[in-house]
Amino acid sequence: MGDRAPAYIGVDVGSSRTKLAVFDAAKQLLGWHVRKSGTDFAATADACLQAGLQMAGRTAGDIVYTVSTGYGRKNVRFADETRTEIGCHAKGCYYYFPMAVSIIDIGGQDNKIIKIDDRGQRISFKMNRKCAAGTGAFLEEMSARLDIPLEDMDGLARKSTDMVKLGSFCTVFSGTEVLENIRRGKQVSDIVKGLFFSVIKRVMEMDSLTERVVMTGGVVANNRYLVQMAEESIGRKILVPEHPQLTGAIGAALYALEISET
Amino acid sequence: MAKDKTSWRKPIKATKEMGRIMAEYFYELNDASKSRRRKIAWCTSVGPAEILRAMGFLVHFPENHGAMLGASRMATDMIPVANARGYSPDICSYLTADVGAYLKGVTPLSKAYPGIDEVPKPDVLVFNTNQCRDVQDWFAWYAKEFGVPIVGIHTHRGIVDVTEVHVPSIAGQMEALIPPLEEISGHKFDMQELKRVVGLSRKCSDLWQEVLFTAASVPSPLTFFDGTIHMGPAVVLRGTQQAIDYYELLLAELKERIANGVAAVEGERFRLYWEGMPVWGRLSAHAKLFSGLRANVLASTYCNSWIFKDFDPDDPFMSMAKAYTELFIVRADDAKEKYIEEMLEFFKVDGIIYHDAKTCPYNTNCRYGMPQRLEQKTGIPSLIINGDLNDLRMISDEQTQTNVEAFIEQLEERK
Repeated sequence: MGDRAPAYIGVDVGSSRTKLAVFDAAKQLLGWHVRKSGTDFAATADACLQAGLQMAGRTAGDIVYTVSTGYGRKNVRFADETRTEIGCHAKGCYYYFPMAVSIIDIGGQDNKIIKIDDRGQRISFKMNRKCAAGTGAFLEEMSARLDIPLEDMDGLARKSTDMVKLGSFCTVFSGTEVLENIRRGKQVSDIVKGLFFSVIKRVMEMDSLTERVVMTGGVVANNRYLVQMAEESIGRKILVPEHPQLTGAIGAALYALEISET
Repeated sequence: MAKDKTSWRKPIKATKEMGRIMAEYFYELNDASKSRRRKIAWCTSVGPAEILRAMGFLVHFPENHGAMLGASRMATDMIPVANARGYSPDICSYLTADVGAYLKGVTPLSKAYPGIDEVPKPDVLVFNTNQCRDVQDWFAWYAKEFGVPIVGIHTHRGIVDVTEVHVPSIAGQMEALIPPLEEISGHKFDMQELKRVVGLSRKCSDLWQEVLFTAASVPSPLTFFDGTIHMGPAVVLRGTQQAIDYYELLLAELKERIANGVAAVEGERFRLYWEGMPVWGRLSAHAKLFSGLRANVLASTYCNSWIFKDFDPDDPFMSMAKAYTELFIVRADDAKEKYIEEMLEFFKVDGIIYHDAKTCPYNTNCRYGMPQRLEQKTGIPSLIINGDLNDLRMISDEQTQTNVEAFIEQLEERK
């Protein structure tokens, strides 16, 4: 290797955002980058790589191995290998919390509950069914319907004093319920909290949870109130990694490091 | 760019012969339908076909036609036609695809068998609700459409143990079919002929079981996806010599593979069990997906459902009643779980794939906690795929692929 400063890259091309993590051989996170996935996954991944390497103080020549994950994992030009986001989230979480946990990941397009044992091995996983209810796409759709910027939703939900109850599984039907509540003159903050609670309900009905729970994903990163609501729902503290949105990319980079060592 | 996983599945040589006998079967039906020289009965796939053959009927199986609509990916364009007539997208997509295709005046038979432009016209419709209630509604629609009689057998459901309480009542219903069928066919019922046909069905069934059970070899010479294709004769030609001859040929090829250590999926690393219906419109895609991961889905409840070990030519009615009631789909979860457990052990299975088919609750066994119970009992992990037998509107290929790849990664970690 000589004087070369090795870099291990993990890139998670999600339906909404592309996330990239740069690790060194000592398993230290050196750099990262997040941007909208857009319509050209390959170009977005390239842009993330440039920005991530710059932050890490590395160059393309330092890259030893790259693993890609997420919906667009097969579009990444510079990837040596792919892994599913389920495996990468499990590995990324175990990096921060080396213990048996249930991981709740709320992403743009899908939700996952992944159970890992105390050695970090996956015991089981569940993804949401085809429907987008309970995912980031659901909140995006509702923010447009309520004409509220997505980034304002967390703050609004926190102001709620009388949360509205939304019962439907279906995003479209939930939209109708929202309209009904607007018509009744309900406060927007109460509706938004109802939407958040709906996300929590959709996730909780996917699978049972073990004692320790971790929450990850872009939706969690941008709406921390969801974690508080989930804690209230299950009656115990939930762990959140330092970079919840990067968990998949971090797991992919750790895979890259692991593979290159074997 | 990340390396694409290659797919490798060994083709079966006997397929050509199967194509020939299936063509013969469909052309014979088509000729009879056009000339009206032979009477035609439509029958459910696990219905009393033996009685119909013994009485001289040629037999058409609408479920087979439904599967062809699915496999040819015509179904998704046909289903909405039936939906618009009041047949919900939530009910059996064999029914909706088949009725929709009839209303549109199309059939996959035309593409496969030049000169056939429609399904054969029935003289009678004979159902058995052992599969589901939908078959009765399905056949009832055609009975009205064609103005022909409909008769059927109403099977018990959710049975733990098949006992003397169940079997005689079904045998009695089968015997009660004889007088109307004599009238329609113009043939007097002949017990010796029924015994002969049941004997042929039994031989077909025994050979089909032998074919499927070759998959217990390591590596397996057969995949579930092969099974869904090669089950054709067991469904539409059981009770005939052609089916027996065909399965002898297929079995010999598979035994040769075993003797030479030839795997159906090269480099077989994982052995999987499929529980539920196939996704007919994705057979090839799923076969490639699994084989590309060096995983062989090698056994299934579905293909096993045409094994009728109780057929006894010396006691045709009672033995048919028992065989058609012993079916997996008729049974309670206790019996189903015991059966699957035995299969997991027999086939040395590493993991189970449950197909949650949106429109087929009867062939979907992951909605009442079975995966969790079986996993707890056997330690064998499982994955649920959401999909459908025919309606591709219910499918997310991306979700399926990610789920399957993640499941194989999980199995790798356990190795």
